[in-house]
Amino acid sequence: MQDRITLQVARYRPEQESDITFEEHDVPCPKDWVILDGLNHIKDRIDGTLSYRWSCRMGICGSCGMTVNGEPKLTCATFLSDYAPGPVRVEPLRNFPVIRDLIVDIGDFMQKLVRVKPWLVREVEKPLTEGEYLQTPDELDEYKHYSMCINCMLCYAACPIYGLDSKFIGPAAIALAQRYNFDNRDQGSGDRMAVLSEHEGIWGCTFVGECTKVCPKHVDPAGAIQRYKLTAALETMKSFFLPRGA
Amino acid sequence: MAGTHVYTDYHPRWLRRHVSTYWWLEKWAYFAFILREATCLFVAWFVAYLLLMIGAVVGGADTYLRFLDWSASPWVLTLNAASFLFMIYHAITFFVAAPQALVVHVGRRPVPAQLVLAGHYLAWAAASALVVWVLTRP
Amino acid sequence: MTPSHDVVMVGGGGAGLRAAIEIAETNPRLKIAVVSKVYPMRSHTVSAEGGAAGAIAPDDSLDEHAYDTISGGDWLCDQDAVEAFVKEAPQELLRLEHWGCPWSRERDGRIAVRPFGGMKKMRTWFAADKTGFHMLHTLFQTSLKYTSVVRYDEWFVTRLLVDDGRVHGVIAIDLKSGKIEAITARAVILCTGGLGRVFPFTTNAAIKSGDGMALAYRAGAPLKDMEFVQYHPTGLPFTGILITEAARAEGGYLINKDGYRYLQDYNLGQPHAEPVFRSMELGPRDRLSQAFMKEMEKGRTVETPYGHVVHLDLRHLGAKKIDAKIPFVRELCMKYQNLDPVKDLIPVRPVVHYMMGGVHTDINGATPLPGLYAAGEAACVSINGANRLGSNSLPELLVFGARAGRAAAEYASHDFPLNPRVFAQKTDEHRRLEHDLLNRKGRERIADLRDEMQKTMEESAGIYRNGSSLTQGVEKMRRLQERYADVAIEDHSKTFNTERVAALELAFMLDVAEAMLSAAARRDESRGAHQRTDFPARDDKRFLAHSLAYRTNDGSTRVEYLPVTITRWPPGERVYGEAAPHAGPHHLASSAVSSGARV
Repeated sequence: MQDRITLQVARYRPEQESDITFEEHDVPCPKDWVILDGLNHIKDRIDGTLSYRWSCRMGICGSCGMTVNGEPKLTCATFLSDYAPGPVRVEPLRNFPVIRDLIVDIGDFMQKLVRVKPWLVREVEKPLTEGEYLQTPDELDEYKHYSMCINCMLCYAACPIYGLDSKFIGPAAIALAQRYNFDNRDQGSGDRMAVLSEHEGIWGCTFVGECTKVCPKHVDPAGAIQRYKLTAALETMKSFFLPRGA
Repeated sequence: MAGTHVYTDYHPRWLRRHVSTYWWLEKWAYFAFILREATCLFVAWFVAYLLLMIGAVVGGADTYLRFLDWSASPWVLTLNAASFLFMIYHAITFFVAAPQALVVHVGRRPVPAQLVLAGHYLAWAAASALVVWVLTRP
Repeated sequence: MTPSHDVVMVGGGGAGLRAAIEIAETNPRLKIAVVSKVYPMRSHTVSAEGGAAGAIAPDDSLDEHAYDTISGGDWLCDQDAVEAFVKEAPQELLRLEHWGCPWSRERDGRIAVRPFGGMKKMRTWFAADKTGFHMLHTLFQTSLKYTSVVRYDEWFVTRLLVDDGRVHGVIAIDLKSGKIEAITARAVILCTGGLGRVFPFTTNAAIKSGDGMALAYRAGAPLKDMEFVQYHPTGLPFTGILITEAARAEGGYLINKDGYRYLQDYNLGQPHAEPVFRSMELGPRDRLSQAFMKEMEKGRTVETPYGHVVHLDLRHLGAKKIDAKIPFVRELCMKYQNLDPVKDLIPVRPVVHYMMGGVHTDINGATPLPGLYAAGEAACVSINGANRLGSNSLPELLVFGARAGRAAAEYASHDFPLNPRVFAQKTDEHRRLEHDLLNRKGRERIADLRDEMQKTMEESAGIYRNGSSLTQGVEKMRRLQERYADVAIEDHSKTFNTERVAALELAFMLDVAEAMLSAAARRDESRGAHQRTDFPARDDKRFLAHSLAYRTNDGSTRVEYLPVTITRWPPGERVYGEAAPHAGPHHLASSAVSSGARV
């Protein structure tokens, strides 16, 4: 059980530099410490200028995603001692523009999220006086895992397609669309089809499958996307053979 | 990407890191993916080979025998052996991926992923058994 | 061009988003802004686990929910506000269901409810044990429908614009560029949540530094009931991560180092195999945390490298129930404690969790400062009084977020002239934030001052306090304020300067910490979560009143009192365990199951 470990931390200071540099810091490594504890130690005791996002420290807010030794991870849920003897290389999430140090801009995702209409769409709203929409536990299970997305962006960081072409709508956005498509209370799958069936929608995905592997909440975005490919393909065939509707 | 940008107040330049052309060598998972995609080339070769074989059979005993001789040449043998391995890889990766894409419901309950996977392998075994029977019957 | 809106929400969590949606739906022509220092889905609402209370079972009633809340709050709750709250809570939770919230269900598809601490009936709606997460994401995704809601993501509000006795907007730093802007508005709603980070051991996220409370306090609005801090009985040692009350609601036991269910020694009833409403592990949080302290004094707690703990025993629940009802608890224990609650005991201890106090508002979220509103944990209406019952704060966000939204929208539909001298405040603030903070030398490290503040709070204003620890605490806080004037900021850049943000948050925390200690030093009684060893009894004659903490010109705190509003429940004894005023031990097995949310 080693006492200390070396953190190699990426720095980007846009007001002074035009590229990333790396700094090494020696930090304590008790068995309870996660990467985030190491970063906080640097910021609090060694170098206050290090900037990064974090909040809940329990893997539910999605703020602290970074690249650790080449893999996208939540730094609040990744233990330092798992990387012994080190060094541990901490960089900003891949595939997003870097604003500063370990902070990336996720504005692209925020725009894409709105486009898939991630809200309950109803043709006719039920008045509150009539109570809840019925939904059995089995019906809830149909979409429950898609609703677990914490928007941490690890899936976008792992997706080589998104890295090569940022127009791809991406795993989390599609998973969230499917969360509503599979919700028995929702009547909006038709509304979402146009956006999802675009060239940069589901068809941009080649099922590398890394998004599902890195997802800390087991959302399975890759599954969501492939399932929608079947749905979209069937829809296209239906509209081809039965143009006036099935 | 190093540049000559001069910072102006409140307008920081965001760093956009380019993805290398050799991105698929960075991680084993990416490499395995590219190999999976590359199997399509070997599938294409097998189709071409099958078409050549059919053409040879149609051409008569002589052309067929010449075809067999050609097939025995080292490079064709190696190519076909490699293709066979890639086809197995293709099938397995396809099957492993199937349960993620194919969520089937029986009544209200979804069929467990293991069953979907098993179903694929069974179908493959059954088709292979049929082919073997056709080839080996007297 | 100064950004200008009709209503600005500071904070984009449950209360802020609910207020924004309310205004967008009822007043679509108003221009709304949600200004948050984090992306809304990172707001601390996301980590709430257990559930949200709304009386819908056929054998339940609004009055019973009200009584449980008022007695749980040790009669410091304003009963008119509680009556409005219990009535609107089920409607709000149902509205959220209509917006897609994945509430857990009974087999027939109707909303399920579970028991919770201090509640006599089952009325806590839940979404597995990630209720806050699902509520926040439902609210956030629903808010995306409304184009009249403009979001300022990662803008840090540093000051309220106040002129002529009225609020005219906010000044904020756009973190990604460092630009300092005034955002003018006719009304501002503070929805910035609590202040757990003034304590060293808390369930709260890093962002919980009492920002809105400090902003209001500095602008002249009073902070109410700041002495009432809730310690949640079950937090994981070291991290402080919350283990939800739902674990006890589903049947978990709290046992000391001898394996004994010690709560039976503290007037909380007798232990039974199944959970009993308002008894033992389902008692109110303040009493459970106090019981822990007493056990520790008796030497019956377990000592660990991270402090004393007791154990939460879930082993008798079985893996199936745990995975169905409290799966996140299992995940958190496995990840952060390397143990499996199905077969191991969970070490837990009381942890700072919630602030009953906050910006003083009326029943519609209005503060005494015209144009300034507050809702959620940042506000104190008060419906939680001296101690909040679990699962009341999530519906509070919705009920009072909506009310504050409506009230602010009504206020903002009148035009108030904006005097150009308001912009002088922006110039001042710009100088302070850029020239002063970014060019200083300073010798005090932010982390050192913060550690000392947290240590002072824990020592002076823990679960048990006394007059001298509190007055000493106030002194220490004054000295920390003086030392803060010499704070060191090494980061002189403008782009996403999180060190400057940390310094500003520390200043907010020092302000609210001092208000908390001053209010606590003045309350010479024990009530709910405020326990004075030198005044161990409740004193309704002198203190059936809310404390109001005002900032004075020299930076110290002036405390006044405001009587509690009593309507139908005259102050009585808080009784838990079998002697509780509803007939007999009320076992869960015999109570009716919810048959739908008729509101």
